[in-house]
Amino acid sequence: MPQLELVDLRANYGDHAVLERISFSVDKGEIISLIGPSGSGKSTLLRVLVGLLPPAAGSIRLDGQEVDYKNKASVRDVRSRMAIVFQQYNLFQNMDVLANVTIAPIKVKGQSPADAQAYAKQLLDRVGLGHKLHAYPDQLSGGQQQRVAIARALALKPEIVLLDEVTSALDPELVNEVLDVIRLLAADGMTIFFVSHEMAFVREVSSKVIFMADGNVVESGTPAQIFDSPQQSRTRDFVGKILRH
Amino acid sequence: MFQQIVDAAPRFFSYYNVLFLLQALAATFLLSLVGCVLGFLFGFLLAVTRRTTGWRLLPLRVLTIVYTEAFRRIPFLVTLMLVFFAFQAVRLETSMFTVALISVCLIATAFIAEIVRGGLTSVHHNQWDAAAAMNFTYLETLRYVIVPQAWKVMLPPAFSFFVLFIKDTALASQIGVIELTFAGKVFANKGFPSALVFGTILVLYFLLSWPLARFGRWMEVKLAPTRTR
Repeated sequence: MPQLELVDLRANYGDHAVLERISFSVDKGEIISLIGPSGSGKSTLLRVLVGLLPPAAGSIRLDGQEVDYKNKASVRDVRSRMAIVFQQYNLFQNMDVLANVTIAPIKVKGQSPADAQAYAKQLLDRVGLGHKLHAYPDQLSGGQQQRVAIARALALKPEIVLLDEVTSALDPELVNEVLDVIRLLAADGMTIFFVSHEMAFVREVSSKVIFMADGNVVESGTPAQIFDSPQQSRTRDFVGKILRH
Repeated sequence: MFQQIVDAAPRFFSYYNVLFLLQALAATFLLSLVGCVLGFLFGFLLAVTRRTTGWRLLPLRVLTIVYTEAFRRIPFLVTLMLVFFAFQAVRLETSMFTVALISVCLIATAFIAEIVRGGLTSVHHNQWDAAAAMNFTYLETLRYVIVPQAWKVMLPPAFSFFVLFIKDTALASQIGVIELTFAGKVFANKGFPSALVFGTILVLYFLLSWPLARFGRWMEVKLAPTRTR
């Protein structure tokens, strides 16, 4: 049984359809990369998965159970199993690094502050920020903020991590420090959704690549299939353009 | 004129007059304090209600909007009269002070609600998204994430409103509440030099509002969200 299954998923922003009939499935431990031009619906798909945008139609099954995005308890359950990391980090500006990582485990999951802090320190060490526990977000570089955001997502012990263009807002020299952290996650066997324009990295770590355009899945397959022998002309165009740069 | 003031001063600052002035000061202080505190509390509630979503709270949202928009447009004096005649209409015996107290709360609530709403709106939407994605409830999001960041936007206008508001309570003298301005009028009618009387009143108003403004500055620094602390 796949861990996550999307069937004919649709979503709209007002009257504008942003996702149309998205269907695919993901097994546990897979690293799914979503690629495609801007506005193709990649980020929207992640927002739909964590219930920030309700789907207009279709279904999402998590471990075989259909998620009811109209039901608060069902959305809470999904959010306790999936964590999202945003392009703009979205760290809480009023909290230092340690508080950013521990606030949800303590206040939402009811963990003791001592346990939450011990685990947070462990995670922050892993992302190389063990020495920045009491820095505020505006004292950190973009790469450091993004690594804190990843640690914050992991602190909730999710089963699936959604990474929404986590390197797009970063200066080129900071990209690698974030990618290194994602390599670590991948090695841990966590299921990861990765929306990115870092094609070399996508190719290196993904188990499956999904090419999206205009709210549709145009083509999906292994990195070798998508990058070396794309079947659809739109995929060929996109991959061709990207790889030329 | 200066000689006149010097001559009248000992008589003006007699024990009973000072007592009367202090009582008036206390009335102004109470009106302002209750107005500001309750106004902030209720204003906060209105602003928070206005930001809710979902159809169940829709009637409440509409009510808060109507309330805020109405009471920010009605002059304070008219509100005073409205409350006064409302009590008359239901034949409820009440003191003028209570009428004034209710009026200041009604007005302060409406203004503070808008100030708080502005503060909440100023916090970037991505903070709401991040909190929602981590399963924070609406109230948890407000408490831990949004309000701490909104203080710096809410406090300066809130405290400048409070200072304005202390002066506005003078209008309560129009319905006979013995507060500072009313006391001033009484003394002027008794024949004390107006410069002396209203000079004293001015100093008392200043003594009320200056510490408040200082307190506002202190709160701004204390509640500053990050390293500017």
